[in-house]
Formats: sequence, C-alpha cells, structure tokens
Amino acid sequence: MAAEAVRRPRPKGGGAVPFRALLWRFPWLRPVLLLTPPMAWFVLVYFASLVLLLITAFWSIDPFTTQIVQVWNTNNFRIILTEPTYRAIIGRTVGLAALVTVTDAALAFPFAYYMAKVASRRTQTLLFAAILLPLWASYLARVYAWILILNHSGVLNWSLQSIGLPAANIGYTNTAMWVVFSYIWLPFMIIPTYAALERVPDSLLEAAADLGARRWRTLRDVVLPLAIPGVVAGSIFTFSLTLGDYITPILVGGADSTFIGNVVYSNIGIANNVPFAAALAIVPVVIMAAYLLIAKRLGAFEAL
Amino acid sequence: MVAVAGVDLVIDEGEFFTLLGPSGSGKTTLLRMIAGFERPDAGRIELGGRDVTSLPPHLRNTNTVFQDYALFPHMSVADNIGYGLRIKGVPSTERRRRVERALQMVRLTGLGQRRPNQLSGGQRQRVALARAAINEPEVLLLDEPLGALDLKLRQEMQIELKQIQKEVGITFIYVTHDQEEALTMSDRVAVMSNGLIEQIGTPVDVYERPATEFVAGFIGISNVLVRDGVRFVVRPEKIRMLADSEVPEPGAHVEPGTVEEVVYVGMSTRYVVRLDRGEQLVAVRQNMDAAGDAQRFQGRPVRLAWTADHTYVLD
Repeated sequence: MAAEAVRRPRPKGGGAVPFRALLWRFPWLRPVLLLTPPMAWFVLVYFASLVLLLITAFWSIDPFTTQIVQVWNTNNFRIILTEPTYRAIIGRTVGLAALVTVTDAALAFPFAYYMAKVASRRTQTLLFAAILLPLWASYLARVYAWILILNHSGVLNWSLQSIGLPAANIGYTNTAMWVVFSYIWLPFMIIPTYAALERVPDSLLEAAADLGARRWRTLRDVVLPLAIPGVVAGSIFTFSLTLGDYITPILVGGADSTFIGNVVYSNIGIANNVPFAAALAIVPVVIMAAYLLIAKRLGAFEAL
Repeated sequence: MVAVAGVDLVIDEGEFFTLLGPSGSGKTTLLRMIAGFERPDAGRIELGGRDVTSLPPHLRNTNTVFQDYALFPHMSVADNIGYGLRIKGVPSTERRRRVERALQMVRLTGLGQRRPNQLSGGQRQRVALARAAINEPEVLLLDEPLGALDLKLRQEMQIELKQIQKEVGITFIYVTHDQEEALTMSDRVAVMSNGLIEQIGTPVDVYERPATEFVAGFIGISNVLVRDGVRFVVRPEKIRMLADSEVPEPGAHVEPGTVEEVVYVGMSTRYVVRLDRGEQLVAVRQNMDAAGDAQRFQGRPVRLAWTADHTYVLD
C-alpha cells in the first residue's frame, strides 16, 4: 500500500501546483504577493518616519529642560519663515542648488552630445569610464582633493602665480562650494542627458538638415527639445543632492556657507532641538516635492 | 569597402526613377549621396546642371522621405510639414495655407494638430511625404518609404504616390528592394547589385529584356537555360504546358519533363518542372477555371513549349 503510494506519478512541480493554480485563478494575487514586502518596508520605514518628522515639527522643546513638549504649535515654521537668518540659509541652499544644476546642465550637454552623437564606440566606452570612475572614490576623498586645489596655497593659486596672474582666493567661500558641488554631481547630469540624446535617431538630425536647417538650428529645434526630459531628469539628482548636502559646506564652505542640512545637524546634536530640526527638514522635502511635480510635467520620468 | 562604384546615371526632369536592388547593393548609399548625407570619394553629382558634390544637405534643393519617416516627435503634424518653409522664412500665413494644401494632397486634412505618435503607419508615411514635397524640391528622394507598411496599404500607397508625383511633377528618385513596387511605379528602373548598376531601362525593358543574369533573377522568377552554347531566359508565364494531345504552335520549342511540384498561389498556379535534360523550370498558368484539379499534374510527365521571341539571350 505504501509502496504503491510512492510509485504513483506525482503532479509536475509537486506541491507548487495548487499554489500556481491559485495564482492562475486569481491573477491579482501575483502583484499583491510581489509588492507586499517592498510596500511594507516603504510604508513602515520611510513613510512612517516621514509622518513622524511631520508630527515632530509641530512640537517644541522646553527651553529650560530641553525636553520635548508634545503640544501642537506652528512656532517652528513661523521662526523659519520670518527669521532672516533662516530665510537666508534656505535661500542660499536653494539658490546654490539651482546654480549647480544650471552649471551641470551647461557642462553636461555638450559632453553628452559628443558621447551620444559624435564619438566612436571605443571613445564612448572610455568616456563612460571617465565619468563613472570618480564615483568609485569616496565622496570625502573627492571633496578633500578640491580643498587641496582651492585653498590659499593650493594647486590653483600655485598655477595662477606661476603664469604671473594674481591669486584667486576662492577657498572656503560659496564659490568653492559651487565649484565642488558642480564637479561632484556632474556625472548624475551627464548620464540621463546622454540617455535622452542617445534615443534621438540620427535620421531626425538628417531630416532637419534635409529641410534646410543648419547645425545650430537643428540643435535648437530638434536636439534640445528632445534632450530636455533627460536634462530635467539629471537636474532632479543635482538639485536634490545639493539641497540635502551638509558635508561640503563644512569642508569647503566658509563662515557664510551654512546650508539647511547644517542647521538641522546642529539642532539635533548641539542645540538638541529636534522639533525645530524636523521643521527645517520639511523645507527641502516640500521644495523637492514641488520640483518633482514640475519635472513630471516636463516628461523627466520617461527619460530615466 | 566600396559601397557604390562606376555609377553613371542621368535622370530626367519629372521622371519617376527607381533604384532597385537587394540589401547591400548600394542603392541607399547612392540616394544618401544625392541628398548630401554621404560624400563620394570620387565623381560628381549635378542637380539641374549645378555641381552639388561638395554642398551640405541643407544647401541642396533635394528633400528626402526617410525609411523610418524621421518625423519630429515633439512637433505637431502641421509643424512637421511646415518645418522646411519655416527655415526658409516663409511668413506664417502663407505657411499655414501651404501646409493646409499639403495636408489635403496627402488626404490628412484635419489631422494637422495631431502628434506623429497619434497617427497610424500609413498616415505617418504621408506626413513624411508632405513634409518633403511641400518644399517643391528639384528632386524628391524616397528611401524605401513603404517598407514598414503591410501589403494592402503598400499597394494603395504605390498608386497614391504615383498620382502625387504626376500631380506635383517633381522628379522622384525612389529606392526599393521590392521588384513589383519598382515595376508598377517607375518610368525607369536602375537595377543595382554590389554597388554597380546592372541595367537601366523602363520596367518593360528590365523585365522582358534583362541584360544580365542578375537582373533576370532579381526581377521575377526566371528560368535560365543553355541550349547550343547559348544562355537565355524564359519567363514562367511565357511557357505553355501542353495538354496530352495538344499540338504546339508552329516554330515553338518543345521539351519534355516531369512536374515535381504544384503550388497554388491564388491568381495562378506555379508548376516546378524537371526537364528530362536535367534543368528545373518554373511555369505559371492563370487559374482561368477553378484550379482545384491542378494537383493532378503532380508527378506527371508534361511537355513544355515556348517560342524564340519569348526568350532573351544573356551575354
């Protein structure tokens, strides 16, 4: 009896069959099962902490005991929006993020165009390596390298003096931050711009020339409009990465280089005013949300 | 590697001229040289008597209909069609009027505000045609423009293209690998192979009097035979399959063979016959009556007859 049971041909896939049949009968079950773990992670870890951040932002601390007082108030936001110091910091952070984004877009476009439309396969590979290799080095190492270049007795001034030009004292200033940020985030602009340009068929460029457009006209009428989604996609990276950074301002910035992130950091560590830090941290979140909305309008997500 | 060599070609004004050949024969390269996308290493290209060999595409009075249409995806259909006029600085009111007329010509009236991706393949093809023809170039270059369409639509577009060409009177240089397309539309055909022109002539010339074995083989089914040291071609529809007791017409050449295969192709039936002398021939018969009984010929001995004036000697 037992031997017979063993010898009986088993259904293909063994015990999986009823389960598979279940998936076949209820097609919605598959995405539900697939999405549950990441969604759970997303909701619990990311979304919950974001909600906590939002809630904390409406609390305050007792100035004497520095204990968190869980009473709803909007004082933190009022201070952020009215105090000139904070407004200046927000303005600086957003302004520099925007400037870095524009700089990177301007640097990345010709580079990406050359890679996508002019360079041979071999050169393309080499350029890719050149763009991606720096990303393997630590962020800190790359920022420190710039300190060595930009500081008073650094490579920049040494080079300038050796050809008889006056020293440029841009070390530890906002200019230094602009240079360093633009350098560090450049690959994140080049790659999506390249991807967008790569998808523009050569025949479109030929068609424009065929219809009488010179090189620049083709660039303006055909290439640029089709590259914009890629540039906007890249700007999401350059803008948000600059917006959230607080290490480069410490390392290469000066007295006037405080970013939102630095204030958040000091309010958590030194001042121990977590509610205020939370309120300030909401600011870049709101700015990025608005930015992403605009980016979506411009078709950036199809270019990623 | 040389894509095109020794091409000496004069195309008349207002002519529908086709470059026909298999892929890799150099026909597209030749077209791209005329458009200015590629530069010949040697030789000259003249347009209406003017040497344009060293002119870039935007300075040549030619326009191209691209194989993939190359419509600008971020522009409306009307903006696509009007792009050439916009570059030339044609004022917007006149531009709009001419775009409207072009849309009418290709039967797309009312679709001007659509984006290319909202059109079907055939409609896109017509937008590409309108975009090129609206500039009234000296020569309109068409690179396999119907290649991406299905058979039915392709046949419709062949007729339509030919009509439009007659209407606007522009010289068309048309590249295709489809021999039927070449024969039905062209005033003259140049058959190309390996970068060389094998024969230039009217559709009747290249079909009825192929100059080389390549032309004979590429255009239609051809039977090449050698008799008495002479190589010649007999077209399948010129071969008569004689009924058992039928007497061939006087002067006809008759050879016995065996039917190896009977292929029903709708309008006609194709018989593959092994001659007793060894060669294989294809004969075609129109299906005048219901052709249901054609299969009975399978494996049967038959006699094939053709006349000398239906054969064309190859050199």
